[in-house]
This record gives sequence, structure tokens and C-alpha cells, in this order.
Amino acid sequence: MNLSILKSDKKNLNSFIAVGSTLIFIGFIDIILSSFFSTNITSFLPDKISYLTPLLFGLFGLYLIRIEFSGNKLLDKVNTNFNSSNFNALLTLLVIFSLIKYIPPLLNWFVFDANFAGNTKEDCTSGGACWVFVKVWLNRFVYGLYPDSEQWRINTAFITLFLLVGGSFFVPARFKKYIIIFLLFIYPIIGLKLISGGDFGLKYVETGAWGGLSLTFIVSAFALILCFPIGTILALGRRSKLPAIRYTSIGFIELWRGVPLITVLFMSAVMFPMFLPDGTYVDKLIRVLIAITLFEAAYMAEVVRGGLQALPKGQYEAAKSLGMGYWKMHFLIILPQALKLVIPGIANTFLALVKDTPLIFVVGLLELAGMVNLAKTNPKWLGMAMEGYVFAGLVFWVICYVMSRYSQNLEKKLKTER
Amino acid sequence: MNFKNLKLNLSNKNKDLIPQILTVVFLILIVIYFTINAQSNMGNRGISFGFGFLSQESSFDITFSLIDYDGSHTYARAFLVGLLNTILVSAIGIFFATILGVTIGIARLSQNYLVAKSAEWYVEIFRNIPLILQIFFWYFAALRALPLTVDSINFYDISFLNVKGWYVPKFVWTNFSIFIYSIIFAFILIYFLAKYAQNQRDKFGKQIPTLYISILLIIGLPFLTFLIGGVSLSFEIPELTQLSKTVYVYRGGVSIIPELISLALALSMYTATFIAENVRAGILGVSKGQKEAAASIGLTKGQILKLVVMPQALRIIIPPTTNQYLNLTKNSSLAAAIAYPDIVLVFAGTALMQTGRAIEIISITMLTYLSLSLSISVFMNWYNKKMAIKEK
Repeated sequence: MNLSILKSDKKNLNSFIAVGSTLIFIGFIDIILSSFFSTNITSFLPDKISYLTPLLFGLFGLYLIRIEFSGNKLLDKVNTNFNSSNFNALLTLLVIFSLIKYIPPLLNWFVFDANFAGNTKEDCTSGGACWVFVKVWLNRFVYGLYPDSEQWRINTAFITLFLLVGGSFFVPARFKKYIIIFLLFIYPIIGLKLISGGDFGLKYVETGAWGGLSLTFIVSAFALILCFPIGTILALGRRSKLPAIRYTSIGFIELWRGVPLITVLFMSAVMFPMFLPDGTYVDKLIRVLIAITLFEAAYMAEVVRGGLQALPKGQYEAAKSLGMGYWKMHFLIILPQALKLVIPGIANTFLALVKDTPLIFVVGLLELAGMVNLAKTNPKWLGMAMEGYVFAGLVFWVICYVMSRYSQNLEKKLKTER
Repeated sequence: MNFKNLKLNLSNKNKDLIPQILTVVFLILIVIYFTINAQSNMGNRGISFGFGFLSQESSFDITFSLIDYDGSHTYARAFLVGLLNTILVSAIGIFFATILGVTIGIARLSQNYLVAKSAEWYVEIFRNIPLILQIFFWYFAALRALPLTVDSINFYDISFLNVKGWYVPKFVWTNFSIFIYSIIFAFILIYFLAKYAQNQRDKFGKQIPTLYISILLIIGLPFLTFLIGGVSLSFEIPELTQLSKTVYVYRGGVSIIPELISLALALSMYTATFIAENVRAGILGVSKGQKEAAASIGLTKGQILKLVVMPQALRIIIPPTTNQYLNLTKNSSLAAAIAYPDIVLVFAGTALMQTGRAIEIISITMLTYLSLSLSISVFMNWYNKKMAIKEK
């Protein structure tokens, strides 16, 4: 049998397009009918073939309209982007069909069938997601077990922080330095005091009550600020000529990079108290901060080392020829350039840090993911795990996505600047 | 006395020595301080430092074990169980993460707009959600939504999935060792075949279809053992048994616990995003000129990929991917959050709780991870060196 009649060509362009698109259209009708109206127009065929009919129709249709240089702009675009070969046509169909099949039920669960009104689990009747759970627990998800009447303190601390950071973009360059120094060294102490209280007529709130999303930010911000100088010193140490310092730094860096964070947190929880004089009590949050800081400092050290290595040797030589000593050379010449090079790397470390914070549940501190875990075991709200994790996942996703986008843009900008 | 000379002396040699001595002294002081405190603390609690507890009876059970284990075994054995479970989940995770990651990495470069976009969104979604949340999601939300034992999801009557886990047939071998020997023998043959083929190609320009012969060997030899070696394989299919009116269990076969499934799922899906980015960067890193040059000397598309693009791309892909394998192995410690009995849960959790020996147990656990990490990185360094450009 001669199949060449089925080989599409430019001569009968219109008829091929007509037949091909009709077939594709039938394929789509078939899948839409079977997924939304549960009617199968090809039910007269055996089960397995009938399941595949939309694919077969679509494939054959796409095969027929695959005409190179047809002159029709739309057709050419479709062919190059979605239909360059049989395999690509199959992939295109599979992606579109699975979107048609799975996106609407997901949307239904998320939005259309979801419950937003009400205050108890019993108000969730429609079968979709029970966002009432998130609504009721939102306060806990953000502030943890922090007393309701004192939450303005957390708000104030964070709003001030955002204002300061935002403000630092607008003030004249010569004040910028002071704002950054204030942000890095003085503000953390003020913020911490404001949230923990105990003085100035503020009620003391123990760290065990801190939690939720605000704790995620507190832990990651503090760990970042603290791990940065330690990491820089370790990076310099690793590149030092002096063997004792170099090997100490290498050992320290590789030790932390070789173990998982969860064991480090375990260590801070059970092993660290054994190393302190009997009766000394170090607050849980402080211990966790120390552990995460040391852990992230090792990663930060490697990032900074990358920047130090990327600098041309001439920079060192020029600084030395001006008679600068080690510290002067590094602080005035090398580090400012090296750190600028690795800003994207620092952003990535921070991203990893934010994603690591949920692990502090091992010592009993509950940030967002931990609070969800707590809420879903509440007898009144059993069976709400899906909503809780989806919500927490969304929150983390938005934070991390925005940050990763920002760091990618930064990377591009820095690349073009050089 | 010449002071000027002394100062010069100090600035040259001692200037280097002083910070080093200070560092060492500082380290030693910290160690001494910690040791003294630890000793007095342990003295107060009536325990002394030592690893003798490892040979004591552990008297706790572990839900999932690859080797024979119950409460009458020692702590050392419990440690081994945990370690094997860690290695198991890491190996499964690495296997699937590699497959998924390579597929998605290649899909991101597809000409097909839809495929490329879906791959990109996969990466963006799963990379930016904390791994621990993904593990929680699979374990507490997705797998808990599976049907009960009675209404298990049935895969062709041989494998069953329900809320208690996934039941798959068990392989029952006779003369299993002969089968393994035949596979090893096949690999040895393939090694020599590859050497011979290379030799022939270098000397006489002859092409030997190594790949097809290798596939034939690796399938044929083990198959022969079935025919003449007395090897046989049968499957033990899990069967639904009724214990009481409402209690059903699956007997026989292998049960894969939901903890393992969710952990392996989350680990491989999360790590795959990073591997995909590495693969993409690697393939993009091979300059276009290489492909064009290869095409201009008449290589086919498959040959270009195999002989020109892949060897160069692998060189870029492997180092960061090693790092991802390491990360996956370390991340498998999150198992503790969903009670998969890995080394952290079994040893740093239960065993520590029972013995109270924080220092010994945490050190052993950390050292284990450290040596796992170091051994993977040593292996990968060796591989890297092998793959590196040999410049003449």
C-alpha cells in the first residue's frame, strides 16, 4: 500500500490543515468530555484503546499539519515550538491533556469548592480545602504562642526593620554607611530586647513562646548577621600561609559541612550542655542560634573563599606594593571586591538558611512548619494536614521564590557590570 | 645589644609564629575547659566516658530493618540497622533523583515550549519549598489519604498500595550466588571486551559493536544460569489475610513502609531540581562550535551527543552533582521527623534517650556522616580526575 498520500506537503496545504486540525479537535473534545462530563465518545472500542484515542487522534492530526516552511506564520510557529517531531508532538499532547485533566480538580479543591467562612471544622462541608483551619490558626502560624496582647512588639520590630531597610535605599550615600552599621550591630539588640522584653516595663516573654513565621525570620536574620563575619574570618584562615591557622580553618569548615544540620541541632540540645559548667543554663533559642550560625558560617566561608580566589593576583600585589599589611590589605582592598563578587552566593546561602529553619523543631522550637504540626494534632482540627502543609508550603515558596529571583537578577546585573 | 636587629627578627619569623601559637593554645584551652566540665557533669550523673555501652543489650525494637534485629541485640547492632537504613534511603533517593533530574534538565532545554516551561515550573516549585515540609506533606497529608488495607489500590494483583505501605512481591531465589557470580563474570568480560575494542579501533580502525555485545552478555549470561546453573526464581506475592472481623493485613511479600516511601519521594523530587539545573548548565556549557564542528565532519545526531557533547558536559555536571548526592545523604537525616528509623532516629534518638550518653553517641553519629560524606567525595574526586581533560 502506498502511504505517500498521507505524507503532508505544501501542495494540499489547506486540506491537510483542515483534516489535521479536525482530528486534533476531536482529540480535545474526547478528553474534555471524558474528564468533565464522564462520557466516553469512543466507548465502543476496547477499554485500553478507547483510553488512548485522544492521543491517537491528536498525534495523527499533528502529523498531518507538520509541514515545513508552509508560509503560514501561525502554523510554522506551532510546528517549530510544539510539533517538530512525532516525539515532540506526543509530549505536547501529554502535557496539554494532563493539564486539562488535573488542573480543574486542583483548582476546585483550592478555590471553588473550598470553605472560607466559619470558625470550626464543622463549617467545612463542601469537600474542598478547609481554609477555615488556616484562618483560625493564622495568628498562631505567624506569632507562635506569643501572647496576643504583646504581639504589637513583634509587629513594631519588623515594621521598623523594613522601614530602615527601605529607607537605606533613599538616604544620601554618606548616611547609608551609618544606617547599615546601625542595622547590623545595634538594631538586632534593640529588636531582640523589644521582643523578649523584661525591661522598660515590657512583659518578659520566654523564648519557648516565640514561634511561627516571625521566629523563622528572627532565626534566619540573626544567623545570617552572625555567620557572615565568622565565615569571612574562616575563609581568610583557609587561605592563610600559616599552617596552624589554615588547618584549623579547614578542619572546622569541613567538619560542619560534612554533617547534617539536624545532628548539629541535636548536639546543641543534648551534648552542648554537658560541656558547660554544671548549673549554667543557656536559653534554647541562643543554643539553636549558635548551632545554626556555626553551621552556616562554614558554608559562608566557602562562598567567600570563592570570591577571594576569583580576584586577580594583581590586586594583592598592588596592595602589598603600597606597603599595606595583611589586615589593611584585606579590609581595604581585597574583601570589598571579593564580597561584591559573591553577593549572589550569599543570597543563596541565606535562601538555604531560610529553608533550614523548620528543623529547629528538633529542640522544641516551633516556627511555621512546627506550628502546623502542632495545629493539625489539635483534637478539634484533626485531618487538616493537607491544608496546613499547603499553606506553609505556599508561604515558604513565595519567600524563597522572590529571594531566588532577586539573587538571579543580581547575578545578571553583576555579570554585566564586570 | 642591637634592638633594631631584634625587631627585624621578630617581624620576619615570630610574626608568623605568634598567631599560630595563639590559635593552638586557644584550641587546647577550649578542649581542656570542655573536658573538665564534661567530666564533672558526667561524674554528677554517675556515668563515665566510654564506648562499652555499645555491646550492651539495646532492648528496644526498630520498625524497619534490613538485617536481623530485635531488642535482644546490642546497641552496636542497632547502630548498624540505622546506618543501613540511612544508606538504603540515600541510595534510592540518589537513583531516582538522578533519573528525574537528568530528564528534567534535558526537558528544560527542549525545543518544545510546553515541555520546557513545565520542567522550569517543576524546578521553581520544588526547589523553593523546604525539604522538611515536602516530607511532612507526603507523609502526613498525601500518603495518609491512601485507602485502608481492605480497599488497597491493586496493581495487576501482584502489588498493593494502602495507608500501611506498599506491598510488593518478594523474590525467592535458589542458588542466588551463582546468579551473582554470572553477573560479575559478565562485567569482567565486558571490561576486557571494551579494552579489546579500544585496541582494535586505535590500531586498525575497526569498529566493534561493544554496546550490543555488552547488553547481550549482561542479559545472556545470567539467563544461562537459569537454564543450566540450577538457578530459579519465584515470587512470593503478598496476600490479604483477615485477622479478625475488621482487621486485615497483607502477609508475605515485601512491605515498603510509608515512611520510606515519603522520604524517598521527597528527597528525590527535591534533589532532582538541583541536579536538573546542573545538567542544564552542563549541556549549555558545551560551546555551540563543538556541535557544529562535529556535525561538519559528518557525525550523526546520536554520535554528536555521545562522543562530543556528553563527555564535555559531564565534566561540568559531575562536581556539583556530587555535592547534591552528598546533600541528599545528609538530608536523609530529616527522616527523624517522620520516624523513619535512620541513624539519627535510632541512635541519636532512642539509644541516646536510653543510655544518656550524649557525647559518645552524638560524636559517633557525626563521625559517621562525616565519613560517609568524605568517602563519597573521595570517590567522586577520583572519578573527576578520570574524566578530566588529559592535555598532552
